[in-house]
Amino acid sequence: MAVEERDAHTGYLTTGHEWNGITELNRPVPKIIWLFLLSTFLFALVWWVLMPAWPLGATYTRGLLGVDQRARLADDMASAAAARADWMAEIESKPVEAIRADPDLMRLARESGRTLFADNCGVCHGVTGAGGPGYPSLVDTAWLWGGDAQSVAETIRVGINTGHPESRLSQMLAFGRDGILERQALSDVVSYVRSLSNAPLAPAEQAGVAAGATIFADNCTACHGEDGRGSQDVGAPDLTDGFWIYGGDRRSILASVDRGRQGEMPSWETRLSPVQRKLLTLYVLDLGAPQ
Amino acid sequence: MFKTHYRLERHSIGFALAIIAVASIGGLVEIAPLFTIDETVEAAPDMRVYTPLELAGRNIYIREGCYACHSQMIRTLQDEVDRYGPYSLAAESQYDHPMLWGSKRTGPDLARIGGKYSDQWHVAHLDDPRAVVPESVMPAYTWLLDTELRTDDLGDQLRALRRVGVPYTDAMIDNAAADALNQADPDGAGAAAVGERYGEATTIRAFDGDRGRLTEMDALVAYLQILGRLTDAATTQSSATETKP
Repeated sequence: MAVEERDAHTGYLTTGHEWNGITELNRPVPKIIWLFLLSTFLFALVWWVLMPAWPLGATYTRGLLGVDQRARLADDMASAAAARADWMAEIESKPVEAIRADPDLMRLARESGRTLFADNCGVCHGVTGAGGPGYPSLVDTAWLWGGDAQSVAETIRVGINTGHPESRLSQMLAFGRDGILERQALSDVVSYVRSLSNAPLAPAEQAGVAAGATIFADNCTACHGEDGRGSQDVGAPDLTDGFWIYGGDRRSILASVDRGRQGEMPSWETRLSPVQRKLLTLYVLDLGAPQ
Repeated sequence: MFKTHYRLERHSIGFALAIIAVASIGGLVEIAPLFTIDETVEAAPDMRVYTPLELAGRNIYIREGCYACHSQMIRTLQDEVDRYGPYSLAAESQYDHPMLWGSKRTGPDLARIGGKYSDQWHVAHLDDPRAVVPESVMPAYTWLLDTELRTDDLGDQLRALRRVGVPYTDAMIDNAAADALNQADPDGAGAAAVGERYGEATTIRAFDGDRGRLTEMDALVAYLQILGRLTDAATTQSSATETKP
């Protein structure tokens, strides 16, 4: 590499490298670039003073502006809360029935409720609230623990079969697996249960209904009631209404009776604030038909 | 300036050293001080360690690449706090080696998923996401329920973590494999010992719904159910500065 090689045309030094006969002039960086670089340095100097910048061992310079992400978040949260404070206060203080009678307030409650429901409830109950296998529909008329405002709010607060000290507790026993009922008895009681909701029965099922009724009376009435209409005090579903959480076909009912069921709904007391839970209660009541 | 550069360019070792010096400025200024500044990692006196079962679940979480679509980092932004809960603290992942904060959310953030949904839901969802969330794009992890969990190396894993600062005791390391088994067997004789070693708040349940077997599903669900619940520091910290809507 030749040093001090000069370009014959311009008289400037070249870098000394050559690519297929092309050489590059060795010229200083243009002034405008220096200018930009210098201005970024100056900006940095100002920024060091205004913003948290220099580490000082166990601490750091805080900057004159006092910018702190966590404080800024707290401000954002506070101004968002202030923006909805007037109607939130109404939601908080008014009884549920009064809110439901107020279309303007309900429109706001529905809007917030939809977001809360999708974020927290939708994965089990479905974004429309229609439920799915193992997760009750909230749009039908059947309620496990009661469909009035107070019951719904309480279910959301404590949950079902959770670790919450006041949790609603309910368990369908595993009559088959735990050897409480024989195989034939299981089959008969399933036939009887299906007859309760007037499901179309095959002739073979029809034959077991009478025997099933006796077995039902001996084993199931404590929770589901003598008429099979269930009890909202213990969260036992109504077997006569044609709504099923785990499916109403013969196979699904047999699985429920054989291996038992113990569905869980989480408690939302620590995760959601009281007013958020009230919004959800309003939203859920709004989803379903009145009881 | 022009002349200096000219000289530097002609001394390759000097030039290499100059490059290293300049390139390390960013790290020295932005990373190194975090190790000495007191408030980098917040105080979390109630912080507990992962149990062996939860740790095994964490390893499955890493193995299956969950972090590629799920972050574990709630940022200090209003919409994130509204949706996911109190923002994440550095203290909450102080026992994570490596941390799984992530930077991509194809699915939701999981930093506070623990206790949000039931075990049954997690099992159904991991086995077939679309069975419970029809619009989900998550892959199905069908083998978790059928695959028995490997526990014989859990003691070594705890020992390795202790070397990098996780306060596992000798008793925890010696009983790692048994503790993993017992945490998923609430009626078993060893369940009480797990609670004693890892604290009252330890969840001892048949996570996959089957008491008889310890599967990878048990481990992964145990891990998911503890996310965001190793310490209450985040809740206490943010309730002091924030108002819930």
